[in-house]
Amino acid sequence: MPAAIRDVMPAFELFQPTSVADTLGLLERHGADAWVMGGGLDTFDWLKDRLRKPKVVVDLSAVAELRGIKDAGGGIEIGAMTTLTEVATNALVKERFGLLAEATGLVASPQIRNQGTMGGNVAQDARCWYYRAGWPCYRAGGNICYADTPTAVNREHAIFDADRCVAVNPSDTAPALIALDAQMVVRRGASELVVPAQDFFVGPGVDITRLTLLRPGDLLTAVRIPGTWAGKQFYFEKVRDRQVWDFALVNVASAINASGNAISEARLVVNGVSARPYRLEAVEAFVRGKARDEQTAEQAGALAVRGALPLRHNAYKVPLMKALVKRAIRGAGAWTS
Amino acid sequence: MPEGPITSVPGGQPGVSRRNFIKGVIAAGATVSASAYLFRANIAGQDSSLPGSVERLITLNVNGQERRVDVLKHETLAMTLRYKLGLTGTKLGCDRAECGACTVLVDDVPHYSCSVLTHTVRGRKIVSIEGLAAPDGTLHPVQQAVVDGQGFQCAFCMPGFVMTAVGYLKTNPNPTRAEMAHGLSGNLCRCADYNKILDVMMNAAEGMRRA
Repeated sequence: MPAAIRDVMPAFELFQPTSVADTLGLLERHGADAWVMGGGLDTFDWLKDRLRKPKVVVDLSAVAELRGIKDAGGGIEIGAMTTLTEVATNALVKERFGLLAEATGLVASPQIRNQGTMGGNVAQDARCWYYRAGWPCYRAGGNICYADTPTAVNREHAIFDADRCVAVNPSDTAPALIALDAQMVVRRGASELVVPAQDFFVGPGVDITRLTLLRPGDLLTAVRIPGTWAGKQFYFEKVRDRQVWDFALVNVASAINASGNAISEARLVVNGVSARPYRLEAVEAFVRGKARDEQTAEQAGALAVRGALPLRHNAYKVPLMKALVKRAIRGAGAWTS
Repeated sequence: MPEGPITSVPGGQPGVSRRNFIKGVIAAGATVSASAYLFRANIAGQDSSLPGSVERLITLNVNGQERRVDVLKHETLAMTLRYKLGLTGTKLGCDRAECGACTVLVDDVPHYSCSVLTHTVRGRKIVSIEGLAAPDGTLHPVQQAVVDGQGFQCAFCMPGFVMTAVGYLKTNPNPTRAEMAHGLSGNLCRCADYNKILDVMMNAAEGMRRA
């Protein structure tokens, strides 16, 4: 369905709670009828296209306790409603976790970063256009994947771990957060779950209708980044068709702890290649103890794409990912071609 | 038909400008639709005593004025500005946060007004293109630079670009050309007049530093 201006969105009841407690109360009261809205940039597409028709929208913009960046013992805690611009320009984030600042600064466009939130960027839904156009696919609760048929246009889709659905996770901040061993703080009724970022995202084998473990009624309140990787060597790169607005075709985030030229520990995560951010644990194990040089980078790239299963139009993602992983191991400034 | 600006609507009253004619239609329409809603039942049987429930009649701070306006729960700021307040300088291009034509400042920060619920900006300072000039009519330095440099062709995107530039220059008053391009990257121009727009905005930055 092409984007079209049709007066305004369909009507819904709007709530603007001012505390987490009130928010949870509203979510409990309205259950699956309630839609949680952060910055709204994912939300409005669904509503304007009439593909989701929630009776109730719970707007988090007035919940002050969900905003802001706090120093937390060498690490930081970022409220879910903190805008992406705040994250990208915050002095503490830039000083300790330049990887996240860089990834956040590459999201969409300046105005979207001024409004889009940390929580929204990690919790956003898939951008497969068959799904977003309202086709009754697996992800929408049906029993077919329109992006994985002989005539499908699937240039942006998955090359790893496809399981019926071939959509990818579109987030730029997600791979950076996983590389930094971040934890997601989720309120579920009276309990608080603290989930490693890596486990926050789920593939179609776990839940084919959702990209994260958030269920109706859940509220992502904050992202915690421990001090473990503060000030280490980082690399982030995002490849997209246009240098603004577009989601990544492939992006890569690496965090490397090196002594001299030897890599003592590494985190390497790629997004845009599968339904959940794709952490390359085999490559992390391979580079441990090796010199940070051309040869290690070359081998890491080759190892990273092992097992890739491209679709008809996205085989280009294999050499692209290989090159990005190579650069992520070599590091910034070291690459000339 | 003689060349020159259109000052009357064919068949209409002589001397009524096209813009004022349209604004009159908008005002009449808003009154009619508002009265229709008065007689409509609440859509989700909402209890207005619940925490976080929202009143429809709100006060917005637009261009330095307090404006009382009846806003639907699902209404975007662009719709309120254009069709409730008659501020048609804010343009709607895509209605999808993908073009920038509807950019306005919310507390000095550029936002796509097509993708902001009006209810979320209650109590915040909204500035649209109509609110940039001084009360005596003196143009904002960015507007003056646009006039001086004639930086746009069709100029449909111009109000959005101007608002983004005003917001961006508050955070970086002395940008390089590349920084300015990055600052304005959330706005599209279908005439692809980007070089001229950038020339003008660099002049605008200089104008603001002098002002």
